[in-house]
Amino acid sequence: MSELIDPAVCERVLARALANGGRFAEVFAERRYGLSMSIDESRIESVQSGAEEGAGVRVIEGNTTYFAHVDGLDPADLERAADEAASALRGARREPRALEARAVAPVPIEHRPEDVAPSRKAGLLRELDERARAQGAEVAQFTASYAEARRLVSVANSDGLLTGDDRTRTRIGAQAVARRNGTVETGAETLGAHRGFELLEDDPALIAEQAASKALTLLDAGPAPSASMPVVVGGGFGGVLFHEMTGHGLEADHIQKGASVYVGKLGEQVAQPLLNAYDDGRLPNEWGSDAIDDEGVPTQKTQVIEDGRLTAYLYDHVTAERDGVPSTGNGRRESFRHLPLPRMTNTYIAPGDATPEEIIAEVGKGFYAVSFGGGQVDPATGDFVFGVSEGYLIEGGKVTRPCRGATLIGNCLEALAAIDAVGDDFFMKTGICGKGGQRAPVGTGQGHVRVGAMTVGGTEL
Amino acid sequence: MSELSSTARRAVEAAQAAGAGEAEAYAVRDSGREVRVHGGEVESLTAATRTGVGVRAWIGQRVGYAYGTDLSEAGVEAIAARAAAAAEVADEDEFAAPPAPSEVEALAGLSDPSIAAYDADRVAEIALAVERTALAADPRVAGVEQAVYADSAEQVSIASSAGTAGEYESSSCFAYLQALAEGEGGRETGLGFGLARGPEDLDAEAIGAEGADRALAMIGASKPASRSCPVVLDPTVAASFAGLIGGALGANAVQRGRSPFAGRLGEQLASPALVLHDDGRDPEGAASGPFDGEGVPRRRTALIEGGHLRAYLYDTYTANREGVASTGSAARAGYRSQPSVAVSNLVVAPGELSLTGLLAEAGEGVYVTDVAGLHSGVNPVTGVFSVGASGRAISAGELAEPIREFTIAGDLLGLLTGVRAAGSEARWVPFGGSVSTPPLLIGELSISGS
Repeated sequence: MSELIDPAVCERVLARALANGGRFAEVFAERRYGLSMSIDESRIESVQSGAEEGAGVRVIEGNTTYFAHVDGLDPADLERAADEAASALRGARREPRALEARAVAPVPIEHRPEDVAPSRKAGLLRELDERARAQGAEVAQFTASYAEARRLVSVANSDGLLTGDDRTRTRIGAQAVARRNGTVETGAETLGAHRGFELLEDDPALIAEQAASKALTLLDAGPAPSASMPVVVGGGFGGVLFHEMTGHGLEADHIQKGASVYVGKLGEQVAQPLLNAYDDGRLPNEWGSDAIDDEGVPTQKTQVIEDGRLTAYLYDHVTAERDGVPSTGNGRRESFRHLPLPRMTNTYIAPGDATPEEIIAEVGKGFYAVSFGGGQVDPATGDFVFGVSEGYLIEGGKVTRPCRGATLIGNCLEALAAIDAVGDDFFMKTGICGKGGQRAPVGTGQGHVRVGAMTVGGTEL
Repeated sequence: MSELSSTARRAVEAAQAAGAGEAEAYAVRDSGREVRVHGGEVESLTAATRTGVGVRAWIGQRVGYAYGTDLSEAGVEAIAARAAAAAEVADEDEFAAPPAPSEVEALAGLSDPSIAAYDADRVAEIALAVERTALAADPRVAGVEQAVYADSAEQVSIASSAGTAGEYESSSCFAYLQALAEGEGGRETGLGFGLARGPEDLDAEAIGAEGADRALAMIGASKPASRSCPVVLDPTVAASFAGLIGGALGANAVQRGRSPFAGRLGEQLASPALVLHDDGRDPEGAASGPFDGEGVPRRRTALIEGGHLRAYLYDTYTANREGVASTGSAARAGYRSQPSVAVSNLVVAPGELSLTGLLAEAGEGVYVTDVAGLHSGVNPVTGVFSVGASGRAISAGELAEPIREFTIAGDLLGLLTGVRAAGSEARWVPFGGSVSTPPLLIGELSISGS
């Protein structure tokens, strides 16, 4: 693991951060590179290359965190940040412990994206464009994007921890617009991982075909129903349902502020016994995986629901200290310019034993949400909403017609308790989660899941 | 010349030295603070400084972009070289070119010296007062999830090989809270916020009271019956929809057939009650500046007026494609983002009726005070939307019981024709971009509840 800052400089910065007291100080340094480009109207454009470096220094005293961040990694920049963070404290100097380096094995990358010629990445986007357009003349527009990002991070703190990580993520996305007479529909698909260019070795252009096919299917769609009914949610990104309606409410900051419907529910039966769910930052090469979190704590697999019982909250350093428990390795930050927050990594409902066909066959009249555009929750009230990107009507146990413009809406505790079937067709998908103004790569996953009743909000009354 | 301007100048020269025919650099320096409070204590105090430059390089008809934070001589050269290398990867585009320089008129009132005059303790007191006011408003206010104050002072400089050169400074601050109210077995949240150029102009008590009022008003909320009915959108919700409409009027989406407004210029497609402008020079608007993200003067553009679609918004590239002039609508999210078409400040013109008048006009309907799921529930290409909502029922022309967990659905074009009246009291809202809007009465929207 390459160190971004000399350990001696780290010790000096930590000592300055504690010049006016504080029970904990930390320096988080980062160097990030990225390359992205897109294809639109069959033309490669928006080719963009970025490189940033900087550090954030925080000091914790009482219930207050003092934080300062600077661009640049010169020792003088870091010392300036430490002085700034310490400037609002009024206590007596404290000495940090001597640093002890802890080795970390970063998530393995086989084929470094920066070693691949940019022209090959452009060629890949052209391949996606051709594949999508080959789906038919009704594919009127197609755009695709390629993005690679590498983050080298170093963490040192006054408890003597010195560690770091080297993270590389690669992701492509495809969006198709299909048009028939006056009808316009869109379809999107993504592929991403904590991996290098090897992610794209096995038919990456398949996502272009999938995006186009979604848009084409929707050309035949009718309006979505407006009613409460059983909802079958598809595998993979369907897991965003659990991410929103349970995952966020288990983040310890919401719990400690009384702003979660899961407050006081630890150990209680919140779902039917068929439900088991995890947050796992160690899934090999998964989009939301890292070797350590952004506070230097090794990531871990945390079971949050066991046979329907709520078993764990997700902690970062500050919230764990407050509850007197160890961090669960969920302290994540968008960059050196942000304070860590308890965040999910890869969150998923473990596979059950029903087949998707069985789950659908048991529904008389219902809705089949194959995938979502995204979702949102207010953890304090538990109210959530999901935009359906691909949805169908279920009639007499069979998937019948596609529906456009559906939204699912409900309340966390009711919807979680209403999950009455979990499929065996498990897989993971990538997402970008927003919280407190910070974006984080997260994995979501599940097999098909059925919710006994949920409100489908469409335009058909 | 300021240090920032000379950095931009150096970056342009370095890009040309690296093989670019034309080049442009956009440099930003800002410093900011953020205070989060909880339970009468400061939870976090952040001090931030940021400096960086973004470089666009044109090689023939190819364009590339690079940005970075290392502004040393070698650092700027490396950024410029990466921009030129990025251009080599792009395909040729006959419309790719930097804008010709134009006369920029200065814009006063963008900076407020009170930012520098308030120390950390004083701005923390603003956030603490916001929280205190909410907690004192009513015994049913059980807590405040967070109360936040943040400010920033920014310096922007642009230079190009075509002769563009400009610089300006601006400041902004805001405070908000999420209040929690409990009653009738449920917990409700309420947002209160305020925006200003400097802390002196923030009203902490008003912000705290708004959060408390909004949370309290929702106690005992239930699901409304599904129906089609008149809907009043409060300014926070109207702003979100105005932002969606403004986004779909960007020429990039229009030219590429990804906007419900494509091919509709000049048509009558809105109610005369809805008048929408883009104004990049309103001193009260958070997105205002003398020039846009590529140095073209900001201005006011009528988008929808007299029921007709009057204009699309253009940056230099989209303007070149149609042989028209840029509307000064090249937006950037700092130095990390290359310019692209977007609204600046959207201004929805106020009408005649007070909120009471709008509710009376609605008769039986729904007053929407919050929407959720806009990023996933709206299709920007087709304009079809279905989003989660909460608010109050309107009964006999007055606000009645609180309602939640329903969706409102329709499409943006239908929404435009459906506006029956705009309220008389407009407010700046940070949702949907930077929007000044009154509440809006929509004749009919479909509601999905129980």
